[in-house]
Amino acid sequence: MTTATAEATAGQAGRARSGSISRGRRRALFWSYFFLILFVIFFLTPPVYMFITSLKSSAEISAATNPWWVYHPTLSNYIDLLTQNQFLIFFRNSAIVSVCVVSITMVVSIFAAFALARMRFWGSATLATGVFLTYLIPESLLFIPLFKTFAYIHDKTGIELINHWWVLIVLYPTLTVPFATWLMIGYFSSIPKELDEAALIDGAGYMQMLTRIFIPVAIPGIIAAMIFTFTVSWANFLYPLAFTTSADQLVLPVGIVTTLIRGDVYAWGQIMTGALLGAAPPLIIYAFLMDYYISGLTAGATKG
Amino acid sequence: MADVVARDLRVPARSGQLTLHKFARRKSTIAFLMALPLITIVLCLVVYPAFYSIHLATLNKSMQRFVGFGNFEFLFRRNTFWMVVEQSLLFAITAVIFKAVVGFIVAHFVHNLPAQGQRKWRGMLLIPWVIPPAMSTLAWLWLFDPSYSAFNWVFAHLGMPQLAWLGNPYWARFCVILVNVWVGSPFFMIMYLAALKSVPEQLHEAAAIDGANWLQKIWYINLPMMRNIIQITALFSLIVTFANFDIVKILTNGGPVDQTHVFATWAFTLAIQGNDIPLGASVSLFMAPILAVAAFFILRNVRRRGNEA
Repeated sequence: MTTATAEATAGQAGRARSGSISRGRRRALFWSYFFLILFVIFFLTPPVYMFITSLKSSAEISAATNPWWVYHPTLSNYIDLLTQNQFLIFFRNSAIVSVCVVSITMVVSIFAAFALARMRFWGSATLATGVFLTYLIPESLLFIPLFKTFAYIHDKTGIELINHWWVLIVLYPTLTVPFATWLMIGYFSSIPKELDEAALIDGAGYMQMLTRIFIPVAIPGIIAAMIFTFTVSWANFLYPLAFTTSADQLVLPVGIVTTLIRGDVYAWGQIMTGALLGAAPPLIIYAFLMDYYISGLTAGATKG
Repeated sequence: MADVVARDLRVPARSGQLTLHKFARRKSTIAFLMALPLITIVLCLVVYPAFYSIHLATLNKSMQRFVGFGNFEFLFRRNTFWMVVEQSLLFAITAVIFKAVVGFIVAHFVHNLPAQGQRKWRGMLLIPWVIPPAMSTLAWLWLFDPSYSAFNWVFAHLGMPQLAWLGNPYWARFCVILVNVWVGSPFFMIMYLAALKSVPEQLHEAAAIDGANWLQKIWYINLPMMRNIIQITALFSLIVTFANFDIVKILTNGGPVDQTHVFATWAFTLAIQGNDIPLGASVSLFMAPILAVAAFFILRNVRRRGNEA
């Protein structure tokens, strides 16, 4: 009897509450959308404004009209930049450097991660921690001693390393290799031990184990690591700014900043167009591979 | 290689003592060789320069004479140095706090949405993090332009006063932090969203039955459940923000009158532009202690997280 009434009241209360929950839920949803729209406006204002400016002629930019609207859209900025030899050189340098760095990083880090995740050797645990720590050392701590070391190498051997775009292929792995290795160790460790035991029993060697089992299984992780390596090497600004100066040796971010800003004269239409084109490759990759991007982000607890 | 493994597996354990040893040695040799490129890169390009910068910091400007702590004494006597220390700390701590708060709030809003719509919003909100910071900072520089500032245009139409965004030291500091928050908070959002997904729904239901409101749910359920991720993300971001270069360099280049310089940009100005490599190295070394402390706590948290899983 008592239990029956208790259940009945509980049921009633539950119904009443669930009604208020769904009303509260609707209200919560409304405010969530409201504030999310505000945040999206905040987050997307700079890229959208970049795009707006890139469609304007310099006459329209300096006219005192509404800066948030294009009255006479023109593609002249895009045409100017893309027919300029200099800009194409920046693009080429960036592309070659990024592709080389991605290849080097992936080869080095996949082998190292496999060794550290699966094949124990003396000091391997310490080395894994060490990789993690080196990944925390920022570039702004390393560029001065590296700059001096390169100058020293030039004095001793006559090999000029400073002011050549390809020296970035040597420098960027300091940023990408520890991170990619750390990410790959995580992915490789999540592969069940039974798989490699089965492979060993079937007579596979370590190389076969790596190429036939680990790489295929860890493809999502490899794609995530490649995206990150590419993004980091495409976006880096400090190393090229410190190590390259001649106009034909620059990569895209530094090239846009240093050649389009001449003294106090800012060609804003061209700068915004260049910045948009420079941001395009990472954005396009992100648009197509967003899920890999996010999985890599949350798996590696990346810099940011 | 393959038949060695197979043979070792076939031999009985008792008599296989010696071959097993040999096998272990071979396995570790191969592993070491596989990790050798990584070790070389880390030693030559990270560990060696890190220690070399300590050596550099003890030399005089022409790098011919050992001066011990001379560079540090010189720095301690300079006003600019203390300004840079202050600004670096202010910049890093404020930016990380705001990034964490914005990321936390946005993550909750996205988590509130119906599951099928979340992907789209998440995709839009992560864009600031994908654009190379040097490129997006240029857009901000243009938005803050002294004569054509698009913000000032809006302000003028709303009847608000015009601001000299990057010309005034206080507003310049604000702008530098704002851009950093803009770049970094999407990262926090993604991390916190992933952490929110792992909070069991039953806890919220139980709390709802007990009559908890949304604030209590966040405070008593979400925050404790997400504590580890919150800490790791904030510490990571602290390291990166503290060592930030791109944003300050492009937006203000340290100005007006060195008011917005942080360690990285000041070290760059001294070493590369001013040609005083030892002094620049000494400045950049001041980043090391805070990085070491943050790294220690990250390592502790990551280990603890590994044990929980």
